[in-house]
Amino acid sequence: MAEERRQKQCSVVLPTESMKAMAESVGVGQLQEDSCVALSEEVSYRIKEIAQDALKFMHHGKRRKLTTSDIDNALKLKNVEPLYGFQSQEFIPFRFASGGGRELHFYEEKEVDLSDIINTPLPRVPLDVSLKAHWLSIEGVQPSIPENPPPASKEQQKTESTEPLKVVKPGQEEKGTIQGKGQSTTTPDGKGKEKGLIRLKPRSTHELSVEQQLYYKEITEACVGSCEAKRAEALQSIATDPGLYQMLPRFSTFISEGVRVNVVQNNLALLIYLMRMVKALMDNPTLYLEKYLHELIPAVVTCIVSKQLCLRPDVDNHWALRDFAARLMAQSCKTFSTTTNNIQSRVTKTLTKSLFDDKTQWTTRYGCIAGLAELGADVIKTLILPRLTVEGARIKAVMEGPVVSNIDKIGAEHVQTLLLKHCASVIAKIRPQPDNVEQYRAEYGYLGPMLCSHVVKARTQATLQAQQVNRTTLTITQPRPTLSVSQSGLTGSGGPRTPSIIKVPSSLTLMSPRPGTPSQPSPPATKYIVMGTSAGAASTQQVITLSSSQSASPVTSTVPSATSTLQPLVKLESGGTPGLTASRPLQKYIVVSLPSSASSSLEPKSSVLPTSISSASLDGGIKLERSESPGVSTQSPH
Amino acid sequence: MNFKKAGLDSCPLTLGSTDQSEGSILRSRWFPFFNFAHAQFIFKMAAVQGGMVDAKDELDIKSEPPSDGFGNSNANDGRLLSSSPGAGTGGTATGNNKPAPGPPEEQQTLLAVLQFLKKSKLAESAEILRREAGLPEDALDPKGTDASGSGPGLAAGSGQVDGVDASSLLSRVTVSSSAAAQAPKKAAAGEDQPDVSVVLSAYSQQGDPSLYDAYYSGLKRFIESVLDCHRAELSQLFYPLFVHMYLELVYNNNESVAKAFFEKFSGDQECYYEQDLRILSSLTKKEHMKGNETLLDFRTSKFVLRISRDSYQLLKRHLQERQNNQIWNIIQEHLYIDIFDGMPRSKSQIDAMSGSLAGEARREANKAKVFYGLLKEPEIELPLDDEDEEAENEEGKPKKKKPKKDSMGSKSKKQDPNAPLQTRIPLPELKDSDKLDKIMYMKESTKRIRLGSDNLPSICFYTFLNAYQGLTAVDVTDDSSLIAGGFADSTVRVWSVTPKKLRKVKSAADLNLIDKESDDVLERIMDEKTASELKILYGHSGPVYGISFSPDRNYLLSSSEDGTIRLWSLQTFTCLVGYKGHNYPVWDTQFSPYGYYFVSGGHDRVARLWATDHYQPLRIFAGHLADITCTRFHPNSNYVATGSSDRTIRLWDVLNGNCVRIFTGHKGPIHALAFSPNGKFLASGATDGRVLLWDIGHGLMVGELKGHTDTIYSLRFSRDGEILASGSMDNTVRLWDAMKAFDDLETDDFTAATGHIHLQDNSQELLLGTYMTKSTPVLHLHFTRRNLLLAAGAYNP
Repeated sequence: MAEERRQKQCSVVLPTESMKAMAESVGVGQLQEDSCVALSEEVSYRIKEIAQDALKFMHHGKRRKLTTSDIDNALKLKNVEPLYGFQSQEFIPFRFASGGGRELHFYEEKEVDLSDIINTPLPRVPLDVSLKAHWLSIEGVQPSIPENPPPASKEQQKTESTEPLKVVKPGQEEKGTIQGKGQSTTTPDGKGKEKGLIRLKPRSTHELSVEQQLYYKEITEACVGSCEAKRAEALQSIATDPGLYQMLPRFSTFISEGVRVNVVQNNLALLIYLMRMVKALMDNPTLYLEKYLHELIPAVVTCIVSKQLCLRPDVDNHWALRDFAARLMAQSCKTFSTTTNNIQSRVTKTLTKSLFDDKTQWTTRYGCIAGLAELGADVIKTLILPRLTVEGARIKAVMEGPVVSNIDKIGAEHVQTLLLKHCASVIAKIRPQPDNVEQYRAEYGYLGPMLCSHVVKARTQATLQAQQVNRTTLTITQPRPTLSVSQSGLTGSGGPRTPSIIKVPSSLTLMSPRPGTPSQPSPPATKYIVMGTSAGAASTQQVITLSSSQSASPVTSTVPSATSTLQPLVKLESGGTPGLTASRPLQKYIVVSLPSSASSSLEPKSSVLPTSISSASLDGGIKLERSESPGVSTQSPH
Repeated sequence: MNFKKAGLDSCPLTLGSTDQSEGSILRSRWFPFFNFAHAQFIFKMAAVQGGMVDAKDELDIKSEPPSDGFGNSNANDGRLLSSSPGAGTGGTATGNNKPAPGPPEEQQTLLAVLQFLKKSKLAESAEILRREAGLPEDALDPKGTDASGSGPGLAAGSGQVDGVDASSLLSRVTVSSSAAAQAPKKAAAGEDQPDVSVVLSAYSQQGDPSLYDAYYSGLKRFIESVLDCHRAELSQLFYPLFVHMYLELVYNNNESVAKAFFEKFSGDQECYYEQDLRILSSLTKKEHMKGNETLLDFRTSKFVLRISRDSYQLLKRHLQERQNNQIWNIIQEHLYIDIFDGMPRSKSQIDAMSGSLAGEARREANKAKVFYGLLKEPEIELPLDDEDEEAENEEGKPKKKKPKKDSMGSKSKKQDPNAPLQTRIPLPELKDSDKLDKIMYMKESTKRIRLGSDNLPSICFYTFLNAYQGLTAVDVTDDSSLIAGGFADSTVRVWSVTPKKLRKVKSAADLNLIDKESDDVLERIMDEKTASELKILYGHSGPVYGISFSPDRNYLLSSSEDGTIRLWSLQTFTCLVGYKGHNYPVWDTQFSPYGYYFVSGGHDRVARLWATDHYQPLRIFAGHLADITCTRFHPNSNYVATGSSDRTIRLWDVLNGNCVRIFTGHKGPIHALAFSPNGKFLASGATDGRVLLWDIGHGLMVGELKGHTDTIYSLRFSRDGEILASGSMDNTVRLWDAMKAFDDLETDDFTAATGHIHLQDNSQELLLGTYMTKSTPVLHLHFTRRNLLLAAGAYNP
């Protein structure tokens, strides 16, 4: 392998075209081919020489990345004037151009107006170098503090749970037992010492230090307590703290027991809190939950399909919890499902079984469908679409039949919305056009006509999306918020990560069509609302939510506005109450691009989402909601 | 080039006159010498620089009149020369040009220098040299030309310094080099310094280029067919042969053949030569060869192989049978085969020792006696009460007593037989403050924790935040009160990590107001207004790569890319001296454990020994074939170890500048060195991620610690030498059981003088702990006096 690489290295020479291009750039035209060859060899050799010298400077600079200053220093060694003006900590963006059979990579040098530079306010002075001490190890044991990396890396946890025999758990090496020292739990020697032929999985002892016990107590109390601010803090700690590995079993037991008790007591609030804990655990980049799924999955599934989750099923919004739990479920399926544990197929089987059961209640039915739908288009296609007729009939029976009970009716409505929402996009993909209401009715029964309109909408949106994708999709990659490390240390606790809240569920907007204003302190995410209006018939707004938290990726959702009108919207995002660090101001970028065509004037601007309960705006509402709701990277159906 | 000899030989010249004189005369008498040193240095620079200009010029001298560029470059040199401090004052020193060079050889050497200067049109310098050396005007006759021939012989003769028992080191100022130690080798190679034309012309006679392939593959087939026991040894031939054959092809403009040859056989070479092969691969033209340092190194130094007699006979017979003269010539000319009697070595034994740029060290290179013992500590009245002392003794008893313990301050009067004479090199006298510090040290050491495999040290990590990849060097004072960082932005920052803030001394005007008789005058001179935790030292004009506190905490040294070493006062926080000499980046510098002296090494491939009160180096340690990347003083201050990019470690005698040890075995540039506290062992870490342990007395590799996955930047033994800590770019600190590593070894039979050690692979057993940091490469490690481990590095998000 190394040899192959080496052989490739030896014959890399700059192309002669480059020589020509360079010669032209300094005013030498018509360079002979021979001279080009000779030049390119010489230049390649010199460049390699300089690169090798530059490498020395990199090594002595104690870096892994070669910087432009290394090259400068290497040039200096050779008594060559360094290249001024290339100082850049990050990569230099080379541009590419081709034309006339030539291909060029060049460095774009923009003309800069000096007055612009002078007039721009000075950037904040970077923080000065500072020194901070912490314990890397105390008598051979590495304390789990934020300044230290997690005792077991995620990869290690993964191998540990998938191949238990390969890894000896940290701290359970022979050494610990031979010495009989009390350091058996946390000796962080990382590598298991493989001695002897028979390797039995050693018995785990779980001892939490006093600090850890205190932490556990505080966190669990805060998570299920009444103070929302505290909870937010606690959840954030769970989602970011690197040292939780040792406490993971305790947390999972806490959650599973908590769900068991609270389901019986129909305590919706507590169930939501517990699910948020699950979410936070899943978000923690240093934890690998595989070993605790046997406790977590039943708890989550319970929250999806339980017959009753709250005391007043007609009023309380337990649907949101089901949606949320369904998403959690889908996420864990995605992350942890392997051929050995078959999580996804087992979950699917369970859900389908109760879905197919005639006696299943609306609540459970809703949960099953939600759970399945979140697993993806394939699952919808194979498991839900065939059921549409049956479910439709059942819904029809409730909606149009004699009033049985209000509860049933609400349940049926929810199931209907859910089905329409999830199935439309899938059908739009698999079914050829045109969409005929009658065909739909024939195929899907009661739900057919409604499905049809949804599908049509989904299609237009999809085409629009396809048109616009190159022009208006704006990828805003905000550099990761650099934590002011000196203040927050290495903890990341300063990162204004507030867990998202599911207080206002999508389905509620159906009833009260107000734009989702989070009732909780919303995450101080940066919102970019970019509205691109194309010359087409409908417009699409793209809401790009950039949460400034570290783990969340920008969620882009496209909000289709009313079917046939242009609707330039300006959404003003009111800054949520700042999170833990009040210093970070909410950044708002509202980009409104108005169409050039006259059609824009036809529709007056409305400053909020349309208030009509049209299914279109409903969709929009849902999307908006979902873009805020945790975890699932919402990609609107199109 | 003979300038080095010129420098060497000038020393007895000054020596003779300094014996009876002192003071100002003495100082003035040095100047000629310094002038020589300087000239020599500059010429070396010219060669080292690989500068396309200078090296080429040397070639051109023979054939054609100098071109324009040539004249320019030398004009440059000339300017440097004349502006050198020595030359400036040379006029005042003209009075002492009586000590004319005595021995004819010296004169010849001087003539050679003179001739070179003339040739290079450095008329002024030549004139100065001529005047200073007291040579007649017409000294430059053709007979000067053969001076170069007698050069090598001189080097060997310069060992005489050894015997001289002068009263102070300074009076024996010698520009020393490895030349003496390596005289035979270099002599064989023709010249000490790469005389490019001679070196390269060795390639001119050659056979049919198309046959090279056949030659090489013939040898390859032969080696592959011999008995297993010989195959490993003979396989060592592949790499040097390959390189020389390739270079010959390139030299004779057989570019395409060379390329094909390279592509065909480069894959066969050992993976640890990959770096060199990469350099080699870029070299495809004869013109490229002229400025290439690596190539010149390869040419000028014979590649050393150790092969058993049997294997060698086998090879010889084969080559003679096949009439394979091409290969035989290369072996004769460019390789040095160190034949030994006995069992052929195994593949693993060979691999352990090979990897350096110029093959293994010759056996005789490591035979010199090294006084690795510690100096006796001066007797200091210990104001300890008796209990304390007893406590210390009791503590010491359960464990096996190490010889170290003796010198550490207990009452043992016995002189370590391996220790150098107390006066072998002059050391500064202890000041009162030093004595106080010693007492503090002893007090602290009584509270020291005994470390061991079951008693690991705590590690306190100092993270440099917001350093934005700019931290390049760190040092901590011996008493762990100050920590200094060198940064890529040319600054040096000093922090106090104790509550005691850093204060400057008051200005001169304010100092006048102070009552000098008062008891707390030392306290009063400090300006309270300037108290702060951090002081920034500005002065360098390039990244600061090396940094070192003086043992008394009054000074700080920093070496930088700008080619200077600066001495800073930690009383006034200003720069006191800029030591110029290296002209190229200085990668590392370190104070002697007794202060006063310091060593530096850099890109110019020489290490220099300095004294703080002299602006010119006292010794120049030349011999490394590539950059000197790190420098360390032996605990007894009599030796200096240098690690280099040529993948060797050399140990130099401070007294006479000889190279007394060459350690090969690393497969990458060496970036960390550490002496064990008892002075017996040396640990080294390199970019290959391995730590190697060396027995200094026997000159042997005694251990290999594998585990790191990236460059090791810091190594440190615990105060009692039980634990070796290593810090690396891979963001880990690892602790190794040094006791066990060295103990196991003492059972070995060292008398097996062959030096063929068999290393057992016990890294895993010796590894006591691995501590990951959070994306913070570990740049420095330091054991406090109580054996707490301090580590430092910059957070690198």
